Amino acid sequence: MSQTINQPWWIDLPKAFLIVNLVLLLFAYLTWTERKLLARMQLRYGPNRVGPFGLLQPIADLVKLIRKESFLPLTGVDLLIVMAPVVAGFTALASFSVIPWGPIWTIGDYHITGWVTDVSIGVILIFALGSLGIYGFIVGGWASDSKYSLLGSMRTCAQMVSYEVSLALAVLGVVIMSGSLSLVDIAVKQQETIWFAGPQFVGLLVFFVAGVAETNRPPFDLPEAESELVAGYHTEYGGMRWGLFQTAEYINMITLSGLMVTLFFGGWGGPGLPGPLWFLIKLAAVIFAFMWIRATLPRLRYDQLMRFGWKVLLPVATLNALVTAIIVVAVD
Amino acid sequence: MAAVMQHAPIYEGTRIPSPAPTLLEVPEALGESEDILTVNFGPNHPSTHGVLRLVVELHGERVVGLRAVIGYLHTGFEKTIEQKTYWKAITYPARIDYLSFQANELVFVLAIEKLLEIDVPPKAQWMRTCLLELNRLHSHLVWLGTTGLELGAISMFWYTFRERDAILDLFEMLAGVRMHTRYFQAGGLADDIPPGFAEECRRFADRMPAAVDEYEAMLDRNQIFLERTKGIGLLSADDAIALGQSGPMLRASGADWDLRRDDPYLVYDQLDFNVPVYPGGDVYDRYRVHMDEMRESVRIIHQCLDGMPEGPWIADDRKVVLPPRDELHTSMESLIHHFKLVTEGYRVPEGEVYVAIESPRGEMGCYLVSDGGAKPWRVKFRAPSFVALQAGPTMIQGSLIADMIAIAASLDTVMGEVDR
Repeated sequence: MSQTINQPWWIDLPKAFLIVNLVLLLFAYLTWTERKLLARMQLRYGPNRVGPFGLLQPIADLVKLIRKESFLPLTGVDLLIVMAPVVAGFTALASFSVIPWGPIWTIGDYHITGWVTDVSIGVILIFALGSLGIYGFIVGGWASDSKYSLLGSMRTCAQMVSYEVSLALAVLGVVIMSGSLSLVDIAVKQQETIWFAGPQFVGLLVFFVAGVAETNRPPFDLPEAESELVAGYHTEYGGMRWGLFQTAEYINMITLSGLMVTLFFGGWGGPGLPGPLWFLIKLAAVIFAFMWIRATLPRLRYDQLMRFGWKVLLPVATLNALVTAIIVVAVD
Repeated sequence: MAAVMQHAPIYEGTRIPSPAPTLLEVPEALGESEDILTVNFGPNHPSTHGVLRLVVELHGERVVGLRAVIGYLHTGFEKTIEQKTYWKAITYPARIDYLSFQANELVFVLAIEKLLEIDVPPKAQWMRTCLLELNRLHSHLVWLGTTGLELGAISMFWYTFRERDAILDLFEMLAGVRMHTRYFQAGGLADDIPPGFAEECRRFADRMPAAVDEYEAMLDRNQIFLERTKGIGLLSADDAIALGQSGPMLRASGADWDLRRDDPYLVYDQLDFNVPVYPGGDVYDRYRVHMDEMRESVRIIHQCLDGMPEGPWIADDRKVVLPPRDELHTSMESLIHHFKLVTEGYRVPEGEVYVAIESPRGEMGCYLVSDGGAKPWRVKFRAPSFVALQAGPTMIQGSLIADMIAIAASLDTVMGEVDR
């Protein structure tokens, strides 16, 4: 940002605290929303026993998971089994630190920014953290010493590595257009000019599809394909360790949706309402699309998934980045 | 004999693994390497439709060895039936297959009737046909829903169960229970058709084609579904016949064979319906056969409701059929018959008989031997699921894990029927 920010040094701590808890709350109620939404699409009621409209269901789930016995498979590698969900959960949460929620508010002489940190390589940081998070899924499956888990881990490994390439290349167009890797700059640039969802429509599509695959959501939920691998890499997990994996997956979905809002839909920008509210509205719309797809589409097969990733998404993403680069250079 | 459709061969020669068609052995070249991973699918697994256990040898994600282990649901139905009087045994065949209960009930009842040489009134015949087709719809709907579930299209399950529940409501109206109705019995039906059934049934039959269209719209226009099913699990007509397949399995392989048309029972010879046949022999064509059969079933139900004659619902044979309740207070004769039938059951003349009908899954046969007593001497069911399962290795060989699940789903096996 060109503007000098006069922000008190201690404000980062409460802000980080607030955002982590906000994301966790969002995750808890995302499970409720997903169950309700899916139920409505499938002629069911969904959770409606705990509290009004089943609103206390996530809390009841949490209590249940924590109270469960946390067993370890006899032949597994205990340390890795315990650490894997922690790694997955931590990296998922950490990547939210660079996603901006709002503009800069001014209180007296002080400024308060709507993000925890604004690193100049925000996009790369998120991808790096995402790649680290994959270790959690792979190691967790391998350490469980179960064949289903192993197959699930192998699938996770192949799928995430393949789709991360397309994901990163899809973002390249946006980066070229905004001329910055900082998420705050990208969002501000869009608010000054136009949402990149327009000029970068192809990039948006590739990003969305690759994002669904990256977060293991249907129709790309092969790593945990229930009808094939029981539960994939977390077959041998139970209790809160399993819960942490779920947390990681849902937060990954929130992060990816947040990233999508920031990269393509102008971040917190919007008329009338305050920034964070706009951000949440856009976030909800993207997440709704994720859930809708889950209710509709069958699962792909392993080889089809690979073929689609390498032979369709990757060339399209590359071409998109190339064309964008040529146009940007030509206009300049 | 089944007329095999003329079309380009699905594959050359035969793919049935030797020496035993039910076993797929790892090729020797692969068996030596350490890349083979033996995975145990089932008997407790989300996609085994009950308790099928598959011991699968994987080379990467590819299935190179397969062994099905069955028997986890063996309940000894056939032996139990031999301990019961015919009268009481009628409840058992329905429980062999919890999806096509009425078809199974009927095949047993038909076998008894053939030995008794009893004349069944036309109203009962038409009603049986109507119920059989409702039952076919019910079974196909569950098949479609669970197959959708296997492929990851989870919502299909609830959409098909909406219609399935409507069918079960109809059954409940008839018999008071939703499954295992025991509405058929030797001589006709257990009770008269309740008033209002025809209207309710017609209302359902009017609605059903739109529902089938809806399922097709969800699956047939979905590229992922098409890619997951087309060209998967190939079974040529010759292989299907060699493996003794029947029903949708056979018809999806291009063999035109349907007992309803080729060996009519009940009133099928008076009805106008088509037998859908598709030449592809893959999972997709099996899906197509099921969908078309649902449409044809709706047509048959309409015809049954239109053609349903008036008259008695059960034969007037006091040696087999319970006398009307009101006669018990006035007629000594009726009281004696009632007492004898309930305590001892009716006696069936000595002889042996094989009756086969087209159940939702294919040829459901009942082989019945009577020694002239009130209990069957031997009962044997020819279960189509059991036969379909034997074609599994032929179709699954060389496919990926995900395809194996799709193919196993397309077999439409009910483990209760396989193990009996």
